[in-house]
Amino acid sequence: MQIALSRLRPEDKPVVISAGFIVVILILGTVYTLATQGTAPLFSPNYLLQQLQTGSFLGIVAAGMMMVILLGHIDLSIPWTLAAAAMMATAVGGDMALPTGIAVGVAVGLVNGFGVAYLRIPSMIFTLGVDSVMRGLMVWHTGGFAPQDQATPLMRTLAADKFLGIPLAIFVWAAVSVVIVVLLSRTAFGRSIYATGNREAAAYLSGIRTPWIIVGAFVASGVCAAIAGVLLAGYSTKAYQGMGNAYLLPAIAAVVIGGTRILGGQGRYVGTLVGVTLIVLLNSVLSIMQMPEAGRQVIYGCVIVGMLLVYGRGSRNFGG
Amino acid sequence: MTVARAFGTSLRQNRGFYGAVVLLCVLYLVYNLLHPRGFSSAVLIQNANESVAIVFLAMAQTIPVLLGGLDLSVGAVMTLAACIASVLVNGSPLQIIFGMVVTLAAGTAFGLCNGLIVVYGRLQPIIATLATGAIAMGLALFIRPKPGGDIDGDLNWALTNSLWDFVDTYALFDPDASWFAPFAWIPVPILIMLVFGVGVWLPFRRTIIGRTIYAIGSAEGAAYMSGLPINRAKIAAFTLAGFFASCGGLYLAIQTASGNADISQAGAYTLNSIAAVVLGGTSLLGGIGGAIGSMIGALILRVMSFYFRILSIDPLLQPLVEGVVLLAAVSLGAFRVLRIKNRLELFR
Repeated sequence: MQIALSRLRPEDKPVVISAGFIVVILILGTVYTLATQGTAPLFSPNYLLQQLQTGSFLGIVAAGMMMVILLGHIDLSIPWTLAAAAMMATAVGGDMALPTGIAVGVAVGLVNGFGVAYLRIPSMIFTLGVDSVMRGLMVWHTGGFAPQDQATPLMRTLAADKFLGIPLAIFVWAAVSVVIVVLLSRTAFGRSIYATGNREAAAYLSGIRTPWIIVGAFVASGVCAAIAGVLLAGYSTKAYQGMGNAYLLPAIAAVVIGGTRILGGQGRYVGTLVGVTLIVLLNSVLSIMQMPEAGRQVIYGCVIVGMLLVYGRGSRNFGG
Repeated sequence: MTVARAFGTSLRQNRGFYGAVVLLCVLYLVYNLLHPRGFSSAVLIQNANESVAIVFLAMAQTIPVLLGGLDLSVGAVMTLAACIASVLVNGSPLQIIFGMVVTLAAGTAFGLCNGLIVVYGRLQPIIATLATGAIAMGLALFIRPKPGGDIDGDLNWALTNSLWDFVDTYALFDPDASWFAPFAWIPVPILIMLVFGVGVWLPFRRTIIGRTIYAIGSAEGAAYMSGLPINRAKIAAFTLAGFFASCGGLYLAIQTASGNADISQAGAYTLNSIAAVVLGGTSLLGGIGGAIGSMIGALILRVMSFYFRILSIDPLLQPLVEGVVLLAAVSLGAFRVLRIKNRLELFR
């Protein structure tokens, strides 16, 4: 075991270990359900697909978050970008619903990128400010109540319908994933993200327009949050206040569990996929066990710390 | 002459801090002018009461930020402390004191755990405390699944009013004594902030550990080469953050006479603490700033929210105004970009 682990390439280690942990979660959950109910829902394809359908929202958010974390930045504006995109999409309605939602994501991404790349304000605080501005705008827009607008049929189809027995939301997640993978591994933009995340000054000196790269990554993150918001509104047939709050921290956790360095410059998209799956399955097993919220929080925290202690440890030298 | 020059140097080196002090003074002065009962002890007491928790939390957040890290668990540790206090701080005077000590010790121990995980687990503080924050929230929910609790009534009254009421409640001496009159109006919460906040922080930052925290934030490699106790300083920083967070939690429990394990409230407190730290002139890159600045920053945030009560702003616009003011305040840091001559310095 030890030898097999040490032979792995360092960037594969998180993926393999989290995948192993997913299997452990599935086995533990099945043992529990067999003992209490005598059934094994965790291994039925329908149940898994249903879990992945609800997980696809988190997956899409995490995909965008990963682009920003690869730069060593963070996007805390996701909760209200997601909610704003959903609210605007349902408010406009009709054929323009989807483009409006995406446009909200692009706009927030541009503002975030401008603040971080050109004003040089730490992303942690600037995106936090943008988040509260978006919240203010939405409270103003909706009057503080749940908006009455319904999601358009197209949004509902994308979020809740099935094609060939597989929920369409999973196809959307897959499409977003393919785009992100191609961007990261096949384009100059992707290579520049890694370079800028590793050392911005060096990337700048080698001719990369680092501000554009930063803006691009934040736009990607905003668009992903917007897509997730539009889908979530379709899934629950309408937008509601605070619909994005449950996605911020799990998205960060999924990206980091997947082996992406929180300081930027290192990480693979496969890891993020595995990280999202891990969090989604952990949540569903805990809800099968009817674990109270208190226990969930503790287990959730322990899993993140535990996984990171296994492979996420920094190097021993100082002043890197 | 030398005093003036020293002050001038201090002014140049701490632009953010002095800017925040001036902003706070102006904001609070105008607030009192506009308030129908402005400049009265009652208004001051009420404002001070509502500020204690966020002030302690901002001070807690400052210390990891000075290291160049971040503590995303301060809100959760504060909630955990408040929940513990809501169970323990009642009964006989000895039991009350025991309960307060246990509350503070629990928060401090949690901070110590954070420090140990960051130093010996070699994890990034931001992600490690994100996870331990969830654990603290879970523990708080175990202790108090539903909001509620029982806090000694005398303690609640004595600590949330003026010094006169404090002396009166515990019958320490005659509260109407003539020598006492000049101090009788002072709100107890302000004294608590000064004694526990300033009284712990100022001596701490002069110790070797305190200086090491600044050194790590400026240049960790150089601090290591100079033989400073890096690991001890990091652990001490997170421990002290836990202590300040539990001070905030204890006061919050005493003030509201209850504990409430509300996840979104804890998250909002954490995010506001970061905003307060930045407003107070502490650099998120580490090495520059201090807890006193964060205290001012937290007070600015609070005073801005007080304004909504006396100005007739549409309540629906309040979150938007708050957001815009916060964004504008942090954007003030962008003026640094204009002063930089070599573009490479931007990338620090």
